[in-house]
Amino acid sequence: MKHTISLGALLFALWVLLSGHLEPLLLGFGVLSVIFSLYIARRMDVVDHESHPIHLTFKLLKFWLVLGKKIFQANIDVTLRILGFKAVEPQLIKLKMDQTTDLGKAMYANSITLTPGSASIHMEEGELYVHTISRQGAQDLFDGDIADIIPHDKTSSDTGANQ
Amino acid sequence: MITDILTGVFVSLGCTLGLIGGLGMHRLDDFYARLHAVGVTDTLCSFFILFGLALQTGLSFVTIKLLLIFLFLLFTSPAASFSLANNAWQWGLRPKGTNSEPVSSFNKDAS
Amino acid sequence: MNLLLVAASLAIMTTMALALARALLGPTIFDRILAVNMFGTKAVLLVAVFAFVSGRPDVLDIALLYSLLNFVGVVAALRLVERGKDYADHKKPEINKDGSNP
Repeated sequence: MKHTISLGALLFALWVLLSGHLEPLLLGFGVLSVIFSLYIARRMDVVDHESHPIHLTFKLLKFWLVLGKKIFQANIDVTLRILGFKAVEPQLIKLKMDQTTDLGKAMYANSITLTPGSASIHMEEGELYVHTISRQGAQDLFDGDIADIIPHDKTSSDTGANQ
Repeated sequence: MITDILTGVFVSLGCTLGLIGGLGMHRLDDFYARLHAVGVTDTLCSFFILFGLALQTGLSFVTIKLLLIFLFLLFTSPAASFSLANNAWQWGLRPKGTNSEPVSSFNKDAS
Repeated sequence: MNLLLVAASLAIMTTMALALARALLGPTIFDRILAVNMFGTKAVLLVAVFAFVSGRPDVLDIALLYSLLNFVGVVAALRLVERGKDYADHKKPEINKDGSNP
């Protein structure tokens, strides 16, 4: 229920921001659309802590900041390698995943893909196959460069914050 | 005036990164390496261009739309990249110039 | 200011041309889909820049929509590739066995 309310508020905010009109008629249409969307989402059974992790809100904020910095550095590195100032040494590695929940695993794999210079390509028995463009980048992944910044996901802990 | 200069700097930086990514599509010689070139254009390039445009308007509905465009690009690009790479892997495409099987640490191999 | 944005859209179009060249050259189907994905991302940026060149910010809605459609397009193309692999793997297509598609 908590997730449904939070998702509804988020969808309604999206409606208002995208339309930019505040007439009662249009806001009414907005409310109807939000209720219809929530009904579909409930029927599809996708409103839960996985699709809508409100228990992680504050941790996610810090996570995005650190990840943004890493993405910036990786961009410069890959740019230099494309232009030929550094060597391109592709590596194929597999990483052990310590994350226990599906959400944690998905965040780990997607963070690796989002960082240029490393892309996750396959997941098998708790191991993640990763292709990196440089040996240094592969070593950084082995040292837990990205694994350390993934928020620890305990589904039982509920801080109750809004996303 | 100062925002115009800042917009110019950010948009030019973004376009340069985009051109480098496009160049990388041709300089890198294998599908998995090209994923990284696309990664550059999906993250920092779009951020610079959209941020430069957002500076032009100040805080308004337009800025929020630009932010939403950036967020959609940011959230969908890793999903698209991963499903593409995973498809290629399961189809049997293997990267060039690496070990044929993934290694779990660098201690064992000599190179 | 407008001149710079026009130059920026020219640069983005050059990038799109490079991506299109990769889509035509291949060599594998995955290179092509990757190039089309990149083409779509650049198209979103081009529409966003065009909205500012023409001075009509409403055009941004189209960019918003296109960024979502691009993602759906890539996933749809990948489903097709997956199916195509199934058809290629089976020497005898299973379509004729009971008259239904596999």
